[in-house]
Amino acid sequence: MRRLLLFALLLIVAPTVAFATDVAAGGWTPRPVFPKGQGDHCVEPTEVMRRLHGEIVRPPDGTPSSRGLPHHDLAGCVACHAQRDKNGAYIPVNAKGQFCESCHRFSAVSINCFSCHASTPEESAAEDMGAVTADHSKFEILKQPFASVSDVPAACLTCHTEAGKQLRATDHWAWSVINPRTGQALGLLHTFNMVFGSDQAQCADCHIGNEWKNGRFDFTSDKNVDCLVCHDTTGAYKRFSADAGKSPFKTIESSKGGADVQEAVNLSFVAQHVGKTSRETCGSCHFNADGGDGLKHGDLDASLENPKRTLDIHMGVDGLNFTCSTCHVAEGHVFTPTFYTMAAKETHGINVPGHDNSSRATCESCHGFKPHRPSPHKPAIYAKLNEHTEKVACETCHIPSYARGGVPTKTAVDWSTAGKKGPDVKPLQIDDSQGRAIYTTETGGSTRGENLIPHYAWFDGEIRYARLGERIDPGKPVALNTFEGSAMDPNARVWPFKVMRGKLPYDAGKRTLAVAHLFGDDDAAGADYSGAHGFVDATMSLPLAHTVAPIEQALQCGDCHRSDGRLAGINGVYMPGRDRNHPLDWLGWLGVGAAVAGVSAHGVARVAFARRRRQNP
Amino acid sequence: MNPDMRFQRLERFWHWAQATLIISLLITGFNVHDSIRLFSFARAAQYHIILAWALTVLWVFAIFWHMVTGVWPMLTGKWRQSIPSRGSQIMAMLHFYAIDIFLAGGHPFHRTRQQKHNLPQRATYLTLNIGIVPVIWTSGWLYLFYDSWGAGGLGQRYLGAIAMVHTAAAFAILVFLVVHLYLAFTVSDTPLGNLKAMITGYEEEENAQPH
Repeated sequence: MRRLLLFALLLIVAPTVAFATDVAAGGWTPRPVFPKGQGDHCVEPTEVMRRLHGEIVRPPDGTPSSRGLPHHDLAGCVACHAQRDKNGAYIPVNAKGQFCESCHRFSAVSINCFSCHASTPEESAAEDMGAVTADHSKFEILKQPFASVSDVPAACLTCHTEAGKQLRATDHWAWSVINPRTGQALGLLHTFNMVFGSDQAQCADCHIGNEWKNGRFDFTSDKNVDCLVCHDTTGAYKRFSADAGKSPFKTIESSKGGADVQEAVNLSFVAQHVGKTSRETCGSCHFNADGGDGLKHGDLDASLENPKRTLDIHMGVDGLNFTCSTCHVAEGHVFTPTFYTMAAKETHGINVPGHDNSSRATCESCHGFKPHRPSPHKPAIYAKLNEHTEKVACETCHIPSYARGGVPTKTAVDWSTAGKKGPDVKPLQIDDSQGRAIYTTETGGSTRGENLIPHYAWFDGEIRYARLGERIDPGKPVALNTFEGSAMDPNARVWPFKVMRGKLPYDAGKRTLAVAHLFGDDDAAGADYSGAHGFVDATMSLPLAHTVAPIEQALQCGDCHRSDGRLAGINGVYMPGRDRNHPLDWLGWLGVGAAVAGVSAHGVARVAFARRRRQNP
Repeated sequence: MNPDMRFQRLERFWHWAQATLIISLLITGFNVHDSIRLFSFARAAQYHIILAWALTVLWVFAIFWHMVTGVWPMLTGKWRQSIPSRGSQIMAMLHFYAIDIFLAGGHPFHRTRQQKHNLPQRATYLTLNIGIVPVIWTSGWLYLFYDSWGAGGLGQRYLGAIAMVHTAAAFAILVFLVVHLYLAFTVSDTPLGNLKAMITGYEEEENAQPH
């Protein structure tokens, strides 16, 4: 009997010990615990990714990554899912306990990917360089000591034979755009910074041609195309405004004194280090439009060179880390759509590379027409939000304010106050408490702002620009650009705008905006002038499309659906919460009040009669 | 079944479920209308939609229940009872609310299980059921789905009118609620008798035996 008991005990103990040692040895596989990736969610729903990540990363047809969408490749997985150790160094994603390894161990599937592919973001970056088939520092023609900036494009063109012709067909080059839908020529009436026409040498600061000479420019020469301003990767290349955008190859002392030295650029070094465009190269012009960082656009400034995801959910270096060209994809140097030919309402939807064009400059080209999904926060309202996309641009809710990155944008200028000089009869500059110019002798007073609430308006994508020589009514503000759109217009949506206000000089005799002369060695504007001038209020509106905020910063329904909300000025739609029929409301509450008063009086009377009955039974 | 029971269990459930939903719909609805700011618009709108679906489910359930139990006169041919045809009865009830109630005159209406409501009550509920309720339901569904039926801007064009009708019906229901609460709470043979009856089913606990 005792022997039998011992045997039974052994039967129980032995498997338990075996199991325990197995677990201790790591042989028993617990449910995988893996570190969370960056951001709120993956580029695809988790349940899709769990099942299909193999196919998405490496589809059966052998194309490098599924749909060509951003971050749908192995480097994209690694970029978000690689963790850092205590010292900040990346841990490979296939290391023990890391994102890939933990699930693969659980499901007993070996990971082959990383025997060839990068398992940390640093390795991905190295791999990325490895994908480049040409090392420009090995080209003899780029090792020459370039005597002039125009010699660099000449060298580029020896290999990139079609690049000059391609670029010359673009808005980036032409300095003028013919709107294909209206036939109107755009250009030269440059925002509220005054009417240009005689100062084009300074325009060449940004507009990318070289060899502006004596007010003339050869638009037909491929060699005048400045390749470096877009393709420099060193940060050393600069266009110099005082010399029609030419980059100095000798150090130039500023005429004003030592403070404004233009360092010589080593063109050979820059030419040997050309590469893809970057936030910095695009930003060198677009961030600095209107003569300074962030002054013009309000949604484009140097804060986008290294933004947090809270400033720009797409470009955030702590998030998706897009560059400008992730969305603004050029084919043969041509970007579509441009600011001048934008669609206020995208009608195509998701652009599938290989099937559609590669442009992703609209929200819908990646997110489609029904971007809102059910969530615990909006279980019943996501369908309504998707209906909004018909009439409200994504930007309206998802860009809650502009100039959010810490760089103020210019909101108004007053040229009528220009010309005052200091007590020492020298040009004057008055700064605000943060050291930003609010008055200069050259340009007059100006105001800047940060975290500004946009102006909202119906917009059909068609911007009409006022032309030089158009007669104006000095009694009314002159709109330098106007656009159409209404609630019933199927092409129009409600868009957010930065509105700039200015006091501009006009020719009082001809009743046209006056051509100012602000720059250059010549003495006069070279335009007809009646001899009398005045100042007129002017406005210009720029649609906002950048600095899309994370979802938690997006506008809430109640920001607009209330009687004093953001869309108070939008006509033609009934908006619950904002709109009401006032007589009906008045009557309704009167009725409710009458009912309350009636039953109250009835009740009081009953109490009074009851008391009288008790007193006089 | 206890013949003294004034309101059956399902009737009571229906009443209180409706009461909760309708009062919540009024609150969230007037919140959406920006008349009150108890919740954010997003919350109010979502609650309003969810409550509307809940009320729909309740109504589908209630119609089913009324059909199988046959207590709904509308569906069993007894609907003529709902039409207050005898003017003298109406005048008697109005006379009661206007005069006798102050003088402690007797309630002229004898309530039975088949006829729970006196004629002005029936007239009120008839107005509610064939006048206001269809209007608020129809306008509400059109309001919720205006983007689906109103392709090409049609819904958008008429949304304002629909919203106006919906709001007007909501005001009517609010007025009804005010008067209903007053009468329900104060006009009964015993203090709070209606309320008791609607909760327990019986007006007087102690008189609950059959006679």
